[in-house]
Amino acid sequence: MKPLRPVVLNTLLVVVVAVMAVASLWWGESSINVPAALADWWSGAHSIGAVIMGQLRLPRMLLALMVGGTLGLSGAVLQGYLRNPLADPGLLGVSGGAALGAVCVFYTGLFQIAAPFLPLGGLMGALLTAVLLVALVGRGGALVLLLAGAAVSSFTAALTALVLNLVPSPYATFEIMHWLMGSLTDRTLNDVLLALPGVVAGCALLMGCGRALDALTMGEDVAQSLGFRLGGLGGVQMRVVVGTALAVGSCVAVSGAIGFVGLVVPHLLRPLAGHRPSRLMVPAFLGGAVLLLAADLAVRLMAGRTELQLGVVTALVGAPVFFHRVILFRKRNML
Amino acid sequence: MLDVRNVGFSIDGAHLLHAASIRFEAGSVTGLIGPNGAGKSTLLRVMAGLLPASQGQVMCDGAPLPQLTLAQRARCMAYMPQDVPPFPPMPVREVASLGRLPYGESPAQALQHPAVAQALAEVGLQGLAARPASQLSGGERARLMLARALAVQAPILLADEPVAALDPAHALAVMQVFCKLAAQGTCVVVVLHDLLLATRFCKTLVLMQQGRIRHTIPPASLTDEMVRQTYGVTTRRVENAVVPWDLCPPQPE
Repeated sequence: MKPLRPVVLNTLLVVVVAVMAVASLWWGESSINVPAALADWWSGAHSIGAVIMGQLRLPRMLLALMVGGTLGLSGAVLQGYLRNPLADPGLLGVSGGAALGAVCVFYTGLFQIAAPFLPLGGLMGALLTAVLLVALVGRGGALVLLLAGAAVSSFTAALTALVLNLVPSPYATFEIMHWLMGSLTDRTLNDVLLALPGVVAGCALLMGCGRALDALTMGEDVAQSLGFRLGGLGGVQMRVVVGTALAVGSCVAVSGAIGFVGLVVPHLLRPLAGHRPSRLMVPAFLGGAVLLLAADLAVRLMAGRTELQLGVVTALVGAPVFFHRVILFRKRNML
Repeated sequence: MLDVRNVGFSIDGAHLLHAASIRFEAGSVTGLIGPNGAGKSTLLRVMAGLLPASQGQVMCDGAPLPQLTLAQRARCMAYMPQDVPPFPPMPVREVASLGRLPYGESPAQALQHPAVAQALAEVGLQGLAARPASQLSGGERARLMLARALAVQAPILLADEPVAALDPAHALAVMQVFCKLAAQGTCVVVVLHDLLLATRFCKTLVLMQQGRIRHTIPPASLTDEMVRQTYGVTTRRVENAVVPWDLCPPQPE
């Protein structure tokens, strides 16, 4: 398949994102006039439509866009930086750290004092994990980052399991397990505002790495000889780690762990965007947003007695897509 | 043009390069020769700024290398590494255009830059410009790496074993490209194992052994004894070029 021109692909994806976002605002149990509800919400009028829009649908749509976009972008950047098609945001352990932070909030009962403690705990967990990761990696390169990420990931998973093991109430265990599966249900605009600064700062850092990722396709020595600093405080590695930690940590803190988006979206879009890492970044953000908006719509469409968790749906959709890519790679003898 | 002053490099207590001093002039092809582990690639990487010198300094056009910004350094020196990475399925022309990254051009501008087409033509890959780089053979990949370095159009070209994976015809063609660049004023420093090519095409040879520069000589001054002492092989001469011929007999205890 011949790659599309960047402007064509990005325009197409923006249109799809816009359509999905409108569908996300439209779809729900109650039938409301979306433009009127949006106008009421914006003007501060207390209509039913304004309440549904402001407290349910708008936060859900905005979070699907932010979380999906962030996961898609960070997956594309990590796959480019590590030159590894299996890399995804979970690889660095930051998602695990965010999950651990949130689980600790459940365990300590802080969640019952005030709901914002949950995303704040997740954010704190993500940031502490990022600090641990940076300290572990030190001056090491991409391989050290991979190893340190695996170590941090395992450690946070072990601690999460420990907390689950120590939780006295089965109800709390259920709540935690439910949260860990990832969801955008019952999130508020406060959650959006809590995640937004980290997402904006993190995505800006990641978007600034495109040219360096292009150079890295030729190896680290060539990238350095082309004028890119890889290690150190201002280096590409630090920007990738901090950017991913900020953006993904902020998202996981409010949505829970949503798997496979960061892994699958870059693979799906590479045939359309081409294999130059910088050319994949914007499409991966938009594609991630499309995938999560679609998955969230599917969750709502399939809602019966028990609503499926969003993370479960993305994994169920993502895994077969990934199987397909593996078979395709094998046929082309690329792995 | 490129002045190496008393440069050493150590890692974990191992001295890989001892107090190397040498000056590389514009408009010449200099061959770094010596057995495996002699320190040729280490010297080249220190000169390219990829390894920090443990002692001494490298001067580029009179300025110490660390004083140049990364972009200045990238535009001043093109580097071709010894190892060729597995390429992604990007078109060959796009890979070569990565050499334009130090100039801040957009990908579309870089693809259209005449230096890219010229570099591909120099290494004989113009006919494969649209092919995915992942489908190239080992020799073609090595030539593409060279094309990427040539596309930088830097006044200094550092190439680490650029002909190691090439057939004789392409090896000769690449050496001729180096001579052409030198004739246009480029300072070319190339690590070579092929003494025939080194003595035929280089203006100066730097013979290295055990992390030290043993001799800096014109090719005609490379004696059979130097080769025997450095490589442990006997040689024959073809039109003044040195041809390694046989392993030296073991020395009596």
